[in-house]
Amino acid sequence: MRSVSGENLVQLLTPEGTRVAGPYGEWVADIDGARLQGLYEDMVVVRRVDQEATALQRQGELALWPPLLGQEAAQIGSGRALRKDDFVFSSYRENGVAYCRGADYTDMIRVWRGNAPSGWNPYEINMATPQVIIGAQTLHATGYAMATKLDGADAVAVAYFGDGATSQGDVNEAMVFAASFQAPVVFFCQNNQWAISEPVTLQSQRDIADRAPGFGIPSVRVDGNDVLACMAVTREALERARSGGGPSFIEAVTYRMGPHTTADDPTRYRDPNELEDWKGRDPIDRLAKLLEAEGLLTGDVTDRVNAKADEVAAQLRHGCVTLPEPGDLDVFNNVYTTPHSVLERQRDHYSRYLASFEAAGGGTR
Amino acid sequence: MSTMTFGRAINTGLRRAMEHDSKVVLIGEDIGKLGGVFRITDELQKDFGAHRVIDAPLAESAILGTAVGMAYRGYRPVCEIQFDGFIYPAFNQIVSQVAKLHYRTQGRVKMPLTIRVPFGGGIGAAEHHSESPEAYFMHTSGLRVISVSNPQDAFAMIQQAIACDDPVLFFEPKRRYHVKGEVDEEVDLGSFSLEQARVEIAGEDVTLVAYGALVQVAKDAALAAREEGISVEVIDLRSLSPLDFATLEASVRKTGRLVITHEAAMTGGLGAEVAASITERCFYHLEHAPVRVTGFDIPYPPAKMEHHHLPDLDRMLDGVDRVLGRTNSLSGLEGN
Repeated sequence: MRSVSGENLVQLLTPEGTRVAGPYGEWVADIDGARLQGLYEDMVVVRRVDQEATALQRQGELALWPPLLGQEAAQIGSGRALRKDDFVFSSYRENGVAYCRGADYTDMIRVWRGNAPSGWNPYEINMATPQVIIGAQTLHATGYAMATKLDGADAVAVAYFGDGATSQGDVNEAMVFAASFQAPVVFFCQNNQWAISEPVTLQSQRDIADRAPGFGIPSVRVDGNDVLACMAVTREALERARSGGGPSFIEAVTYRMGPHTTADDPTRYRDPNELEDWKGRDPIDRLAKLLEAEGLLTGDVTDRVNAKADEVAAQLRHGCVTLPEPGDLDVFNNVYTTPHSVLERQRDHYSRYLASFEAAGGGTR
Repeated sequence: MSTMTFGRAINTGLRRAMEHDSKVVLIGEDIGKLGGVFRITDELQKDFGAHRVIDAPLAESAILGTAVGMAYRGYRPVCEIQFDGFIYPAFNQIVSQVAKLHYRTQGRVKMPLTIRVPFGGGIGAAEHHSESPEAYFMHTSGLRVISVSNPQDAFAMIQQAIACDDPVLFFEPKRRYHVKGEVDEEVDLGSFSLEQARVEIAGEDVTLVAYGALVQVAKDAALAAREEGISVEVIDLRSLSPLDFATLEASVRKTGRLVITHEAAMTGGLGAEVAASITERCFYHLEHAPVRVTGFDIPYPPAKMEHHHLPDLDRMLDGVDRVLGRTNSLSGLEGN
């Protein structure tokens, strides 16, 4: 029943780089020329951010990194469809979406360097702190959308999650609530085929998108490596939500070309031919082919895009290695909004404990 | 002053909070037309609308998870968990999200949720309807945990809990819902801290610490002890996180003897924390090891057996005898 291609997959840009017409084409009719080049630049830059962060991990500067390699089109296509006042609730792999939201590069790696429990201020870029508990954020997005509706606003909440998350109760409960309250929320599932070592066939015996109609939520399967198609289906879902049409579900069929995280070893569970097969559907290559064919990928353009990627990578590296070390008592900060007497006592005692080393002439035990 | 039941006091407090702040929304199962299975939200949907008193589909994790999303957008959700034993499906959202989001976001996102939980036994209910899960939440940093014992505190502290920018677990002793008491609706809410215990009955010989439904039992026990010439000081904890050690210490320094009682199982319970902390803080004032009078380490038993499990007046008095070194049920047993 499941497929990674076929008639039910929305595609506007073939792996060969040919732009094709279709019912969804009108949603991205405005994307040409400089806008196509802009999407290309975005994808090149976030792939470069990803590579740089992976390198930083290999060099011991980050404890861990969850690569998005291969999922650039799904994240940029959908991320660039959003409005500023829409609000994103994502997992930890959506650094491409965070880039679209305007996240500071250093904020992307604070957690992975172990310096802070989070990076950006959610209210500055309208994107929640990434969620590690699988699928939990889909409920937050739904609740946010319910509140948006209470406010009478036309902003939309967007939940990003993976194929593995669709087995979680929270994701299914989120769809029940979203449908019952007709919440303006978009469920954007990146089916990257793998949940660490578990193939999507273990999570679902049907196409994941097939589940949503059972909840009363319209769904669409889209070629997740086709940036135009991802943007088109997201625009349609956003418009449905804004106009009072309630929730939508998007299954972006893509592929996690890298490991789950830098701590993972996919060679233990994946057929190398599968990766080679998907490399033929690379999201950036196919847009490059289209740009070339349309004369939009001149030397000037590639030079500019590569320079931007270099610059961003340099900023990421600099931000990473110059992050200040956290203070000794910072662990106690922000547990509560107002002092909690028992915790205050623990902070006081620990501060005395630390001071006792200084009183003894410095050094640590 | 007006006389009202414990349940009506919470209802009135909720109504006040909703009138005071349009961002207060209620969400839970059957809380709309029905007014909740205990009628705590009676008439609130009629008066405030279905958009502010939300009948939720039957999914506790989603009740909490969507409340998190609403809080992200500036709302103050009050979640009703229908019965204590139904809270576990929501455990992940409470422990990993509600409790930690302020910390995780470095203070940028507040989670001013109130989670109302009818708790405890003594009503002859079926399985999962009589539990006391408070210790799980007391053990979770980022949460405040409250348990009220009388209508006046219920009226005032539910409003304080809702106004608090931290998430609050609000445990309501369901067997007290129909008990009437005096409520001053014009009371100064500022005089009700979310961190203070209260000395219910002053005494000299033994400190008896209780919360929720057992406060009344403890007060009855103190009166019975008085007839035997024993002066028992009864403390209503009210706040389970943080514990008000200032009040507890002052009492134990005076009495030198501590008995803690709760319906929840003994091991890893609130009594363990109170006993350990008080022993650390005022060891040299203690005349006897602290004594716990609690539910047993068993699943909550069927209705006809629950009286064995629930601490009652006589078991509390037996605990008082133990801590005083008087003849008691364990006299002669080594290491009791």
